[in-house]
Amino acid sequence: MIEQLSIVVVEKDRDRALLIVDALREAGDLRITVIGEESGLARKIAEQRPDLVLIDLRSPSRDVLEELALASGPMDRPVAMFVDRSDTGLTRAAIEAGVSAYVVDGLRPERIRPILDAAIARFHMFSRMRSELAATKAALEERKVIDRAKGLVMRAKGIGEDEAYGLLRKAAMDQGKRLVDVAQAIVTAADLLR
Amino acid sequence: MTQSLALGYIPLVDAAPLIVAAEFGFAEEEGLHLDLQPAASWSMLRDMLDFGQVAAAQMLSVVPVARALGLGGGAQPLETALVLSLNGQVLGVSEQVAARLGPLAFGAPQAAGQAIAALGGRLRIGVPFPFSMQAELLHYWLERAAPGVCVDIRTVPPPRMAAALLADEIDGFCVGEPWGSHAVEMAGARLLFAGSAIWSQAPEKVLACRRGWMAEHPDAAGRLLRAVWRATRWAAEAENLTTLAEVLAQRAYLDVQPELIDRALAGRLLVSSAGPEVRVPQFLTLHRGAASFPWRSQAAWIGARLAARSGIDPVAAMDSARATFRSDLFRLHLGAVGAAMPRASDKIEGGLEQAEAVAGVAAPVILERNRFFDGAVFDPAVSA
Repeated sequence: MIEQLSIVVVEKDRDRALLIVDALREAGDLRITVIGEESGLARKIAEQRPDLVLIDLRSPSRDVLEELALASGPMDRPVAMFVDRSDTGLTRAAIEAGVSAYVVDGLRPERIRPILDAAIARFHMFSRMRSELAATKAALEERKVIDRAKGLVMRAKGIGEDEAYGLLRKAAMDQGKRLVDVAQAIVTAADLLR
Repeated sequence: MTQSLALGYIPLVDAAPLIVAAEFGFAEEEGLHLDLQPAASWSMLRDMLDFGQVAAAQMLSVVPVARALGLGGGAQPLETALVLSLNGQVLGVSEQVAARLGPLAFGAPQAAGQAIAALGGRLRIGVPFPFSMQAELLHYWLERAAPGVCVDIRTVPPPRMAAALLADEIDGFCVGEPWGSHAVEMAGARLLFAGSAIWSQAPEKVLACRRGWMAEHPDAAGRLLRAVWRATRWAAEAENLTTLAEVLAQRAYLDVQPELIDRALAGRLLVSSAGPEVRVPQFLTLHRGAASFPWRSQAAWIGARLAARSGIDPVAAMDSARATFRSDLFRLHLGAVGAAMPRASDKIEGGLEQAEAVAGVAAPVILERNRFFDGAVFDPAVSA
């Protein structure tokens, strides 16, 4: 009988943490602990005595885990980054997905593989969501700037909305610039001259 | 044709050379486009280097040496041919510890060590990374000024230093700017001294590459080294200080008040939130003297210190350490641009009370004041 693996997931965002836990549960019979607090992180992880720690690659708290890798007392279980002891293909996949894994010394790679595969898939989804969100936000911002510029042109020239938009588009095309850049220039100039 | 190079950095004051190289045309002059990629932790930056996501990165000077000694995580051996900065660290304590210490002159590590030793009890001190000059200076200071004091050295991400003080997770810290000043402002911390008071010429950040990358890409490496070296020269000019502070303060980079950066660059520190402001000589060196030169003796010092704490053979450790500071590549790529080029690749660390000219390849080289707080001298030839 193989002993149940203990996994710690370090994740501040509750919703994200739950999604990761769900994905991991499907990967096997695991004892999963989520730590969301940054304070006392090293101590909290050490208390759990995990076999595997999963953390967002971008988390500033990752350096704290580095300290755990140095634990050298007889009762300590050194945790090393996965990079050190596994095939680089899997590690590279993990890094591209944005997850980093720290495994306890001596854990066999085939026991980690399914868990890491599940985590990688879930983190890939997160990074897609993140870039989609960023793109939506940027589009919204651009829309706002263009609307403000349009309003400024309408007032300055006493023309209608469609005509103002047409003028902006023409200016952008003539100058080989993006519409939003022309709009931004008008907004900036108007702010300065106010 | 312009060549694009990805470069990793952490938003800190001493990332200035890389940001200046990208922003002020020094890279362009060399036909390079620098794609600067910020990282949130040193572990992340190291992974980016390991897996080739960046060609080079700002790195803690201790990391390439630790890696060469088999300490800490990571997959690839690293090396450097350019030191980005000397010093720039501050050591401070929480409001509570400051109150217990009582009045204490700023910049007096010996007295501060004695006062800390007199407090008794266990002291928890935060550093950004287990393998960092902050950790090394801290160990060095406590060993010699407060022997026997019980200390827990903990890793705390610099932006969290103030929060960790307020949450009573740590009693003090050793960190680079702007995060020490941030802790003073946000958590009422008091600064005891700057890192330069422990060792006035401590290499803090280096430009690190995977071992062999510079040899395999001599053309790109040469352009990169020249661009960054010229950027350190620009960044160190007093007349550029205000511009530099404004650029670093931008949201895309450090995203903090330009005043905080301005103070760090000029070596003016607010010791506590109530003042006073003190001027710290040699607080942060980006270019002056032969600051960019990767002295083998600096690596040897780091190697000897790590070896002593980790129970590794010091002679072998110093040899492996020295090989990570590639003064030969510095000579190869920066000879033609007029970089200060000493004849020797080692120097005696410590024991130099004031700046001194030594023999250089084309012209004499000025060695700046190089002093350990206890007057010790590290001679790599004798120590080896």
